[in-house]
Amino acid sequence: MERYSWGGYPNTQQQLKQLSSITTPLPKESFLPYGLGRSYGDSCLNSEGVLLSSQPCDHFIFFDKETGVLTCEAGVNLKSIIQHCLPMGWFLPVTPGTQYVTVAGAIANDVHGKNHELAGSFGCYVKQFELVRSTGERLLCSPSDNSDYFYATIGGLGLTGFITQVTIQLKRINSHKLLVTSEKYQHLNDFFTLSENADDANEYQVAWLDCTATGSKLGRGHFISGRHQDDGDLILPERRGKSVPLTSPVSLINNLSVRCFNSLYYQRQLGQTKILEQSYEPFFYPLDAIENWNRLYGKQGFLQHQCVIPKNVGKEAIKEMLALIAKEKTGSFLVVLKMMGAKSSGGWLSFPMEGVTLAMDFPYQGKQTLDFLHRLDAIVSDAGGRLYPAKDANMLPSTFKAAYPKWEALEKMRDPQIASDFWRRVIQ
Amino acid sequence: MNILVIGANSAIAKAVARRYANPANAFYLVARNEEKLNKNAEDLKARGANQVEIKSADFAKAGIEPEVIESAKASLGRIDLVIMAHSILGDQAVFEKDLDALNQLYQVNTLSSLNLLTLLANEMEVQKQGNIVFIASVAADRGRPSNYAYGSSKAAVVTFLQGMRARLAKSNVHVMTVKPGFVESPMTEHIEGSGPLWSTPEKVAEIIQKGLVKRRNTLYTPWFWWGIMTIIKSIPECIFKKLNL
Repeated sequence: MERYSWGGYPNTQQQLKQLSSITTPLPKESFLPYGLGRSYGDSCLNSEGVLLSSQPCDHFIFFDKETGVLTCEAGVNLKSIIQHCLPMGWFLPVTPGTQYVTVAGAIANDVHGKNHELAGSFGCYVKQFELVRSTGERLLCSPSDNSDYFYATIGGLGLTGFITQVTIQLKRINSHKLLVTSEKYQHLNDFFTLSENADDANEYQVAWLDCTATGSKLGRGHFISGRHQDDGDLILPERRGKSVPLTSPVSLINNLSVRCFNSLYYQRQLGQTKILEQSYEPFFYPLDAIENWNRLYGKQGFLQHQCVIPKNVGKEAIKEMLALIAKEKTGSFLVVLKMMGAKSSGGWLSFPMEGVTLAMDFPYQGKQTLDFLHRLDAIVSDAGGRLYPAKDANMLPSTFKAAYPKWEALEKMRDPQIASDFWRRVIQ
Repeated sequence: MNILVIGANSAIAKAVARRYANPANAFYLVARNEEKLNKNAEDLKARGANQVEIKSADFAKAGIEPEVIESAKASLGRIDLVIMAHSILGDQAVFEKDLDALNQLYQVNTLSSLNLLTLLANEMEVQKQGNIVFIASVAADRGRPSNYAYGSSKAAVVTFLQGMRARLAKSNVHVMTVKPGFVESPMTEHIEGSGPLWSTPEKVAEIIQKGLVKRRNTLYTPWFWWGIMTIIKSIPECIFKKLNL
């Protein structure tokens, strides 16, 4: 069965329809705005209605080369923004780990990137958008006009209406390359020291960590920081990618492969510190090089778990989670840890907040996986943290409601025709 | 470079044009629906194209081809690259009953293409430079019960192009025939199906751009369709008759 979410769990029957243009009236039945289906769990699914794809609405409308302000339709993806704007010296002010998301999806999930600590989330760079309600009403939303709708829609999971066109501010760059420093560190404590002392000129900071290490090596990994080069070529180097052609019947990500990969990956860098130049694609989008990498998890699919924990208790909570993962021997193939800053887009249901965020993925192995994730959720909740709806397929309604107290305000602004499986699950 | 796109609202033509949208290139877009044309023109300009002009034209009307080419020349001056992608897919069941529909299919897909190509060939032969890309289909390779009307309307042009390619090669003009397989687009929206055989307009466009650089003659997009069609073409007629392809 075809998958409509990136994790492939839950894999329920979906019906996809296209919105043929931004002026086409919205359907009369229950629907959910749908982009490229890169949300991992059920926030991009609507089993009780249709998914309304924005793919035909993928036109640029206006780009001001002088100011870097871009107006485009909802279905434009980040890759095409980079491909056309980078040669003119402009880049995304905030980018998630894949280019294959639409601008409307980036707003609906208020996505963040490796520069969150300094730059905030995607929503911070949205100047305005048009929101169409199922009544046919067209609302131009910005921080000054229809501001309730503006802030409800940023991080609003597509529930407030169909975003048809958006205006965003890009940022100036002078080279397609970044200057990257990778430091190998021995223990989770070192990650916090490195983050604390990191040079703010390195706007992008992220750590990959080895989730199979325990004891004195708990949380060891690589701390990677980078910044755009000051000058160089504004070109798009060709990247040769690979593709996973078919979904494997069983997950290729298992204890053995996780253990091997994590150990090898940790050891790949011999020296303590490595400095290198990387083009933007391998730096920001390493996984985009393997098309359909999600198929490696097999037909059962997988679940992501991304949380953010307030700064003051972050270290302890992350330690507790890593210890639990190591103890249960349910390692995650890739574990990413980074600091988040205080700058906020103002989105009512935005995920980011000041603290530390941990992202992991686990193959779905039945109820035991879900139970295990609930144990992680409990650590997050106890620490006053929250989970990322775009990556969730499992959190309990109580967990969600406690972490996102503005959910009721959003429910009031929700378009009555729009719903998602995620929303039905967490507000019940 | 000056680029003429005929059938500019088609998904593949749009994706190809976007790949060339940079300050070095000017466009002349021709298609039927003016509203969509305007949108696509704005799109290419915002993506960096130097100049974009449009012309609304319906190739179901016979005899409009000379005027289209003249106005393209007036806008662009010299034409360096032509992308021809205007086409009707239609429904085989309708073509079996409705002669008007069948004639219209041939008017749009075949006759207008041959007229446009003839005019362009003469133009480019004189300027001794240029590229012509024609979007045909794998359906042109063998008449199958499910879509032989459409397939044959493309096959005539494919054969025409073979000769034209050899003629124009002597004048340094390159003619490339593109045969896409299943492509997800508004034209195929009603066809159920997805999977490894399906491609996207963006991928097809990338292959076309690379194929032009290498001056490929006939391009199956993606390449494995060459294998599939070789097998389909090699099935003996006595067996083929019994199949429902």
